[in-house]
Amino acid sequence: MPNFHSLSSISAALKSGATSSKELTQYFLGRISRLNAKLNAYITVCEEAALAQAEQADAQYRQNQAGILTGIPMAHKDIFCTQDVLTTCGSKMLENFVAPYSATVVQKLNSAGMVMLGKTNMDEFAMGSSNESSYFGPVHNPWQLDKVPGGSSGGSAAAVAARLCPAATGTDTGGSIRQPAAFCGITGLKPTYGRVSRYGMVAFASSLDQGGAMTTTAEDAALLLSAMAGFDPLDSTSADPSRKDVQQSDAWLAQVAAEGYRGENRTFSIGLPRQYYTDTIGQAALADMQAVLEKAGHRFVDVDLPHTDAAVSTYYVIAGAEASTNLSRYDGIRFGHRCENPLDLEDLYNRSRSEGFGAEVKRRILTGTYALSVGYYDAYYVKAQKIRRLIADDFSRVFEEVDVLLTPITPGPAFGLEELTADPVAMYNQDKFTVPVSLAGLPAISIPCGQTNGLPLGAQIIGPAFAEQDIVDLAHQFQQLTDWHQQTCQWVED
Amino acid sequence: MQWEPVIGLELHVQLATSSKIFSGASTAFGAAPNEQACAVDLGLPGVLPVLNENAVKMAVKFGLAIGAQINLHSIFDRKNYFYPDLPKGYQISQFETPIVGAGSITLEQEDGNNLRIGITRAHLEEDAGKSIHDLFPNQTGIDLNRTGTPLLEIVSEPDLRSAKQAADYFRQMHNLVRYLKICDGNLAQGSMRCDANVSVRPSGSTTLGERTEIKNINSFRFVERAIRFEIDRHIDILEGGGTVERETRQYDPDRDETRVMRGKEMSEDYRYFPDPDLLPLQISQTFVDAVAAELPELPEARRHRYEEALGLTAYDARWLSNDPDVAEFFEAVLNICNNAKQSANWIMGALSGYLNKADLGIDQSPVSPEQVGTLIARLDDGTLSSKTAKTLFDHLCSQGGEVDEAIEVLGLKQLNDTGELSGIIDQILADNPDQVAQLKAGKEKVLGFFVGQVMKQTQGKANPKQVNELIREKI
Repeated sequence: MPNFHSLSSISAALKSGATSSKELTQYFLGRISRLNAKLNAYITVCEEAALAQAEQADAQYRQNQAGILTGIPMAHKDIFCTQDVLTTCGSKMLENFVAPYSATVVQKLNSAGMVMLGKTNMDEFAMGSSNESSYFGPVHNPWQLDKVPGGSSGGSAAAVAARLCPAATGTDTGGSIRQPAAFCGITGLKPTYGRVSRYGMVAFASSLDQGGAMTTTAEDAALLLSAMAGFDPLDSTSADPSRKDVQQSDAWLAQVAAEGYRGENRTFSIGLPRQYYTDTIGQAALADMQAVLEKAGHRFVDVDLPHTDAAVSTYYVIAGAEASTNLSRYDGIRFGHRCENPLDLEDLYNRSRSEGFGAEVKRRILTGTYALSVGYYDAYYVKAQKIRRLIADDFSRVFEEVDVLLTPITPGPAFGLEELTADPVAMYNQDKFTVPVSLAGLPAISIPCGQTNGLPLGAQIIGPAFAEQDIVDLAHQFQQLTDWHQQTCQWVED
Repeated sequence: MQWEPVIGLELHVQLATSSKIFSGASTAFGAAPNEQACAVDLGLPGVLPVLNENAVKMAVKFGLAIGAQINLHSIFDRKNYFYPDLPKGYQISQFETPIVGAGSITLEQEDGNNLRIGITRAHLEEDAGKSIHDLFPNQTGIDLNRTGTPLLEIVSEPDLRSAKQAADYFRQMHNLVRYLKICDGNLAQGSMRCDANVSVRPSGSTTLGERTEIKNINSFRFVERAIRFEIDRHIDILEGGGTVERETRQYDPDRDETRVMRGKEMSEDYRYFPDPDLLPLQISQTFVDAVAAELPELPEARRHRYEEALGLTAYDARWLSNDPDVAEFFEAVLNICNNAKQSANWIMGALSGYLNKADLGIDQSPVSPEQVGTLIARLDDGTLSSKTAKTLFDHLCSQGGEVDEAIEVLGLKQLNDTGELSGIIDQILADNPDQVAQLKAGKEKVLGFFVGQVMKQTQGKANPKQVNELIREKI
């Protein structure tokens, strides 16, 4: 078998005829059937459909109609609607939900010729930082099975880390791509808000949700993003293609899609926001990373993001508020879970929602409803929006000085299963380095930069809006100089 | 004590776009239940709204027609409440920043004392579906075809002072939106619905009394009756020493009364906030100017034109210009016969009488403007007499057909041949010597008798003018 660890190497092997899509698909399906029981990374596996797609892809190779990603297997986070395949969003509420349409992202990767192996586990409605809120049970971290994989895209992260697929989609509302990527030692790219269509992606917090790529390398993240991103007339918040920065980004993505990713060895001025360098366990690894990059010619500057401390509370007010109304449609009337023998309408609502939603989702609906209520709206929602503006302004100011920012992703490595479930606020604080970026709608990439006690540690590179190319280029350079991204847990080689 | 009613109306106008405000589904009325509800209308997971530009255009058109401020920046909000026919659990509406700001209309009063009625605002929103309570035993049916139909909610100032004024305002707005072609105006299908806010206060007082809101009234008559009932109810309560409770009420036309739907304590907190799925709506002055350039001639301007350029009376001009369908019919008739007075007479007289009797709108008229116009032209050129014209009109109403052909077939052509007429008149004069003597003695009234006799003899085909002349010659 060739080296299956990266999309670019698989693409080369398919092109040369060293392997076929069918062979690859069978290989990954085989790994899933052997290893998924340990990890619980997949909720749904689409064996038959995947093999059919693979055969189609092989035909495209024979007819010389294959693109870079044609025939490469992948997995979708179970938040993306897939026509004819279950979309559960990790919830009992949608345990039996089959959408009559596919998300724009799903359609795009489908037309790029990728093979969907299945749908990955996640925190219920993407609410969680540990994947423990999934109705389908927690995902286990491949590096140490008693640790969490992070969340909410924990299934995707674990699946890529354990090579149950070479790449997967994820979504990031407050860190849901970046944090599990860090916990599982893979690369996770959260694009600029509006870069990837949200159509068909089950909504958690509409002004923050953004689909992205979970891969083994920065190069792969660029490849996958190039097939996912772009203007979508079905999403009114899709990035306006007449904007200059969007056009530049579009041009870069078009080039990657057509010719593959070619990293540029540019040197960057890199900001180190003081507020992010406090007491994290990953300090030493980040220091090593800085040394590597400094040696390669990059320049470091200390910068200030003064409103960082307010980000977690701000985020939980806004995300909760939006979630509380986004989840109103799950009322037991038209689709989703409905309670048995409702006495009347009120009872139907109460029991369907009480039974269909888990504790974390209920907590957020309640806090979000509170934040929007008469008498509290100004004190919570309006104030949070103001702070959100201040946080975004912090970043804008800093990006006048530096090209990108380098920060830790998490306060430490993956924590233990059930370690934080009793303390929601401690759980929320896991997001303190990821939510400011989300509030500002900026792109960020999470890459492995070290290990501690056998668990991976991640670094976050943040760029200005639509500067995905810059953060990918810098991450790629680091990955050319180090091999943290190639390390896997022992049993993955089984 | 003298009481003064204070009334404000909220009108919900379904905009005549072909697709919905946030989805591509059709808005046509009458499809089988849930046939016209797409994934977006159903609020399925992951779907997103995309604003229909035509709805925006229509809202701007309305704003311009009432001289309102057009807000180039407006915001869509979510109004949150649970109801089975509201699929998302929220309605997308505009709360603090509507697209149309303050404007006004002049309410035409029959006594000529026109009133200025302020329009507070008008905003875009999506309609909900329908709950059908009487089709399935012990169950409620949900039809989501109406879900997402664009609505323009027009909120008036509390400037109306009687039930009659409120109904007149409703009627005038009904005419205006049809003039603008932004609504089909079909009240029976719910294209325009009205909520009325009613309070009363002692005459001369400047503070407002406690108000009640009557929801969802869909006819001019019911608006008037519901408000009248509500005013009387308030006055009865106040005169009995009680206080009016702030509440939402429903009008029952069968019993001609309003009933409480929900009280103040049940008023909901809608948790309005800007919809994060839709960016703030930004329109340009160029867009507004382009809409302004498309504005049709409005009722007031048309009425003035009818009076000044066509020489119609104020009464006729108003009668013909109020309703856009009537005005269009009139202009089409006029276009053919070029006789404004006769066009007005025939439409307001014979046609209106026929339509009233048959309970038809002018858009359902069995005779076309072409037929009426040609009929008037034949009257003007002497082919028809007023009597035969009426016979022809009745024939066209019941049988249809082409005007000139019908004149031939029915033999309605006026007798303009003096020879034939002369013979008939001679005979009649000979048969009625007493009357001839009276006429000779100067009793002019007898002339009418002779004309009548001639018309009878000729089955109305004689030209009365000619008959007059011939009789005078002969006597």
